[in-house]
Amino acid sequence: MRSLAALLLLTLPAMAEVGPERAATLEHMLIQDCGSCHGLTMRGGLGSPLTPDALAHAEPDGLALIILDGVPGTAMPSWRPVLSEADALWIANYLKEGAE
Amino acid sequence: MKALILTLALVTASPALALDGLRATGDLGVVIERATGSVLIVDRSDRAAIGRIDGLGDLSHAALTYSPDERFAYVFGRDGGLTKIDILAQKIVKRIVQGGNSIGGAISDDGRLVAVSNYEPGGVKVFDAETLEQIADIPAGAKTIGLVDVPGRRFAWTTWETGEAFLADFSGPEMVVNKLGDVGKNPFDAVLTEDAHTYLIGLFGEKGVTAIDLWDEVPKPVRFLQDYGKTEDDLPVYKMPHLQGWAFTEGQYVLPAVGRHELLWVDSESLEEVARTPVHGQPVFIVEQPASPYVWVNFATPLNDTVQVVDSRTHEVVQTLTPGAAVLHMEFAPRGAEVWISARDDNTVAIYDTRTFERVGEIAAESPSGIFFTARAHRTGL
Repeated sequence: MRSLAALLLLTLPAMAEVGPERAATLEHMLIQDCGSCHGLTMRGGLGSPLTPDALAHAEPDGLALIILDGVPGTAMPSWRPVLSEADALWIANYLKEGAE
Repeated sequence: MKALILTLALVTASPALALDGLRATGDLGVVIERATGSVLIVDRSDRAAIGRIDGLGDLSHAALTYSPDERFAYVFGRDGGLTKIDILAQKIVKRIVQGGNSIGGAISDDGRLVAVSNYEPGGVKVFDAETLEQIADIPAGAKTIGLVDVPGRRFAWTTWETGEAFLADFSGPEMVVNKLGDVGKNPFDAVLTEDAHTYLIGLFGEKGVTAIDLWDEVPKPVRFLQDYGKTEDDLPVYKMPHLQGWAFTEGQYVLPAVGRHELLWVDSESLEEVARTPVHGQPVFIVEQPASPYVWVNFATPLNDTVQVVDSRTHEVVQTLTPGAAVLHMEFAPRGAEVWISARDDNTVAIYDTRTFERVGEIAAESPSGIFFTARAHRTGL
């Protein structure tokens, strides 16, 4: 039920909800903290590669849900205590587009 | 601007190289700068950086080990790079990309062999420490973790997906690799006790810790602490704990709880839990302060601005410090008088007196992570 509610929320145009300051924080967090497992260049480590190629067939909404809820049975934690839904969707889109 | 200040600091901080041009390495160390693929050479006595080496690739996860003469360091990078650096000449001696994604390494007790554990393509590769020529390639079909050196030109490691531990012996004319056994689901790291007696393996995929007695004629895995580990109800783990910091003190092992903000104390003889210490966050490193009853603990993001000191006799937190933003690592002076703490997001290595807890110095560094003093050259298991 919670995931359904999350999914509904995520269908909102969330990109607009992340201001430039928050975006900078999220970018730093993505590179440094997500990079601990996925690599600074997102080519993978203990975690899967998150390059645009690797995510070519993933939907941003789905990625955002994985970020928020984690993947049971793996080392991917739920980031819901730290990130809002808008944050997660911003990160999903950022990964899809690829860091510069 | 920061770079300029650092450059000036580097120029003024190298008087030790003066006079006869001779320089010893016993009080030197290396700090990983994870975002820029560089390392700082630091002087512990001067509390200063004395040089920087660039061009080491992706160091988002990095480890290093030292040659027995404390002159060369072997840096293992996330991009599969194995870089041999000369900390006296402050330059790269040789760099090879030996895999797609490596996680750590170790040097044999005689200093002749350097082993690297790989996530991609998995397995372990062994190189000549002098030339970095490949000596052995041991595929595992899995990501390898917890690679340690074992006395007698041996190395042990464990596999993440398949949960197996192995021991490779290079003491004879031919390498001999033996499986030590099945250790459990998704081991996330492993460590060797300082006496090289017990290889301890932490599990992420199920409960429990596995110990293998390497002094035994036929070493085999023994499971203990059956309720140790993460359950669905536990807190999310935002950074895998590192076991190289598992402290061994007062006849106890100190383990990071996985998914709980606690330290677990286990009697090293009976393997029974003796106490728990509530702490500030998910523990990452637990490091014993040499020649003392204390251990120091840092924590996973987002609670990673804090370091706590715990007394191994009472199991109580005796000090809480906030050294800076994103504390990633702690390294003690070999006799324990000082601890150097990297604060990644402050671009600082902070130096604390371990008796007064006073901040006695700091060094500018770009996104510093691991700090490695040369005294590590003489420790087993690294």
